[in-house]
Amino acid sequence: MRFKSTLENYLFVLPAVSIFTIFYILPFLMVFQLSFFDWDGIVPLKQAIPIGLANFKEIIFQDKIWWQSMLNAGYITLIALTFQNALAFLLAWACDREIRGKHFYRLIFFIPPVLSEVVVGLVWQWILDGDYGLFNHWLLRLGFPQLVRHWLSDPRTALTTVAVVHCWKGFGWGFLIFLAGLQTIPKELYEAARVDGANAWQSFKNITLPLMVPVTVLVAILTVLGTMQAFVLIMAMTGGGPAYHTQVPVLRIFASMRGSSRFGYACAQGIVFGVVLIIVSFIQYRFSKRARA
Amino acid sequence: MKSTFYYKTKRTTINVLIHIFLLTVALSCLLPLVWMVSSSLKTQETIFQDMSILPREFHFENYYLAWKEGGFGRYFLNSIFYTTSVVLGIVLVSSLAAYAFSRFQFPGKNIIFVLFLAAMMIPIPGSFVPLYVLLNKLHLRNTALGYVLCMINVGLSTSIFLLKTFFDKMPKELEDAARIDGCSKLGIWWNVALPLSKPVLAVVVVFNALNVWNEYFLALLIFDDKRLMPLQLALMTFQGEFITRYHLLMAGMTITVIPILVVYVLMQKYIIKGVTQGAIVG
Repeated sequence: MRFKSTLENYLFVLPAVSIFTIFYILPFLMVFQLSFFDWDGIVPLKQAIPIGLANFKEIIFQDKIWWQSMLNAGYITLIALTFQNALAFLLAWACDREIRGKHFYRLIFFIPPVLSEVVVGLVWQWILDGDYGLFNHWLLRLGFPQLVRHWLSDPRTALTTVAVVHCWKGFGWGFLIFLAGLQTIPKELYEAARVDGANAWQSFKNITLPLMVPVTVLVAILTVLGTMQAFVLIMAMTGGGPAYHTQVPVLRIFASMRGSSRFGYACAQGIVFGVVLIIVSFIQYRFSKRARA
Repeated sequence: MKSTFYYKTKRTTINVLIHIFLLTVALSCLLPLVWMVSSSLKTQETIFQDMSILPREFHFENYYLAWKEGGFGRYFLNSIFYTTSVVLGIVLVSSLAAYAFSRFQFPGKNIIFVLFLAAMMIPIPGSFVPLYVLLNKLHLRNTALGYVLCMINVGLSTSIFLLKTFFDKMPKELEDAARIDGCSKLGIWWNVALPLSKPVLAVVVVFNALNVWNEYFLALLIFDDKRLMPLQLALMTFQGEFITRYHLLMAGMTITVIPILVVYVLMQKYIIKGVTQGAIVG
């Protein structure tokens, strides 16, 4: 009886566990296994050539494009951390008051995040098109012909342009989380500060900012992990070009697998990237602990 | 002593400035969508010359062309099929598991649950490589079933977590009563627990639906056959093949976006709830 009951309990989790095992755990373990092989993905896995750490050596010491892509992702992340989150915070702060159309703004600001990266990428690619794009057209009309350029195919502007569109797509997340955070600050605190003669800036500095530190840390962590791994938007906008100027790590992994049929190498790249991400989150975690203390 | 008039004007000025700021950002959010719709109504010739937001002529036949000739009708139905099957699958599979995690005792329960949680936190950017190999081996690549199962897996962890948190807080009295009446565990899950968890199920459904509808990369990995493609993949493929037919591409994109916007406006409450709750989870 007891045994039958336990068996029944397992049946409840069986579907979830089976799907999870096949599509998550197994690939996870296989990444490590494959990373030690030279394998083109075509011959049977048994004939793949074990090459020890050669893949990792090549990535770390020879693959310049890989590190370029890592730097690119870091650059986009830096812009997202500063520009995107500052914008999100300012908007949330502006909406966290008795202001008309609060709900309208909240509705609009979260439209970019619910759109797909493909659609956002293709629309902006069309707007930013060098020859027929709306953006250049307006620059001309407004009298800035010197600013007109091929935003996405000029090596000097491509990466920054991609980063800005990424921020456009993502600031709504930060906005909603910041707004929720701001709304948990009791209004009495501001009242008390005003009674004590504090001006708007003082109460912002001494009440809002300190109380928003945990929320800011959270948004920062989400931004870093999300942005470092972003790639579909870039695929849709530039495909990683011009040359390798907008390559990011996940695009490289995909290119190693699909483009050069080096499955083992792609897995090794995935591991290197995963380790970097874990180190970055760990550093952030330590920082956040210090900030909270 | 400054007059009240001074404070009033100062306040109004600040408010006006804030509104200008908010409106500018709001406009920047809407403009790309407006431009997309506007471009979708122009022709192959006018699209490269007519830079007005409101086109001189409205070529609604573009939508017919995109739907029929561009194949977006078929892709649309594919996306509807994938979205409904994945969401249904996630609701059933994750609520079964979450219910067991919340109510039952069995050996290994905590370890399994922690594994699901860890999956939400640990990034494995390269795991799509072996996933591709595995799908090939199981003959699931280039099949609808393969895609649906992969996407169920994507939404599983978060959904289980949301549902388990909800079940944990839910009073057990009704379930006890049902058990005394001789209802089986499965019966209680279906007849008592699921109906009571409607508020959190709504969050699970909306979030996963948006996620599946917008998904591109796994579809790229899995489908070669054009007839099986969902909308996002079809858009990229279409753009690659007909680089100059921007008016049809924009029509296809508008077709892709409309259901998302409708769901978003109707379900905004649940989406905001999900984002703020999900943030607390992370």
